[in-house]
Amino acid sequence: MTFNAPACPGLLQRHRALSSRVGNTPLVRFDALAKGLSPNVSIHAKLEWHQIGGSVKARAAHGILGDAIIDPASQGRQLLDASSGNTGIAYGALCAALGLPLTLCLPSNASPERKAILRGFGVDVIETSPFDGTDGAQARCRELVAEHPDRYYYLDQYSHPANRRAHRQGTAEEIWTQTDGQVTHFVAGLGTTGSFNGTTSRLKELNPAIHCTAFQPDSALHGLEGWKHMETARVPEIHDPSIADAHRTVSTEAAYAMIRKVAATEGLLISPSAAANLCAALEVARELDTGTVVTLLADDASKYGDVLAHLFKAPTA
Amino acid sequence: MHQLIIPTPLRKFTGGLGVFESDAADVQGLIASLVSAHEGLKPHILDESGALRTFIRVYVGDEDIQELQGEATPLPPKSEVSIIPAIAGGIA
Repeated sequence: MTFNAPACPGLLQRHRALSSRVGNTPLVRFDALAKGLSPNVSIHAKLEWHQIGGSVKARAAHGILGDAIIDPASQGRQLLDASSGNTGIAYGALCAALGLPLTLCLPSNASPERKAILRGFGVDVIETSPFDGTDGAQARCRELVAEHPDRYYYLDQYSHPANRRAHRQGTAEEIWTQTDGQVTHFVAGLGTTGSFNGTTSRLKELNPAIHCTAFQPDSALHGLEGWKHMETARVPEIHDPSIADAHRTVSTEAAYAMIRKVAATEGLLISPSAAANLCAALEVARELDTGTVVTLLADDASKYGDVLAHLFKAPTA
Repeated sequence: MHQLIIPTPLRKFTGGLGVFESDAADVQGLIASLVSAHEGLKPHILDESGALRTFIRVYVGDEDIQELQGEATPLPPKSEVSIIPAIAGGIA
């Protein structure tokens, strides 16, 4: 099945209506995490899973689909993209609500929860090599488009300007408003790089003194699903490495320890990538005498059953 | 000989080699011979104590060694062993 925007007159209106389920996520202050820091330093994070599809990716996916709906080139073609899961799930939820068909190339080592969710939304999933991550899934998308140029419309989240734009117009403005313009530091990981680059570019327009730190996994092989080790990965076209004031790395082991800590002290079960954001934010905060440090928590732990089982094993009798 | 499939992100540390061959008796021996031949891989695969980093999945055929005998899992003749990386995707 394909779609044809002019033949679906309510499509744009339905897309606009879904805006109420995208963005405007809560900003939470992590006081337990800030214990031992200077009393003039606070750490805040946006709980990005409070959106359709349950992750930060609602922002980019909603924008990318909006552009596709009004692009004449998409007419008569099947929507296609590559994802490690969260963008796919956001696309899947939005497409289900919009009545649009979607094909997704997904590395086969994506978690079973993610595959089940995608099936639930009726997504046509093409599994790709577990050895090649989303770079391999992107390569498969490009092959499909080359083989069937009239069949597929490649959304390409890694190159799409709506990804960065969604964070410029949404995430950054929300952070500015929610902190009453008091944000001094922004910290985020690099995956598609849309959230870091988009949010940073707008925050620096609002206040050029805001210090922005990007981080990536410490190793080519890591458990921070979603973040990219840029040295060994395909660097997204939308990435602008010069925009960051500082770069850091976070280990998977540190992120796992942060999951435990946040669960025990803040009452939140967060994903490994979200925990890595908090690790980097805490490192930045430790070096400050005064500051308001803000980061994003891309998703909660609900899609990471294997990680939870590993971290919170039942005590043996 | 057993064959160990090296995931693409780690091939930078093996000079592009995608398959490593060894006649080790178990998974631990196979990994040890791999990092001995390609020192640059060591910090990516092993922790400071020399054990596999906790988030790395190793499969013998289709079976996760966590469901077998962990790193002590013996290797039947001509085993195909895989190191499966976490997905380096694009959460944001």
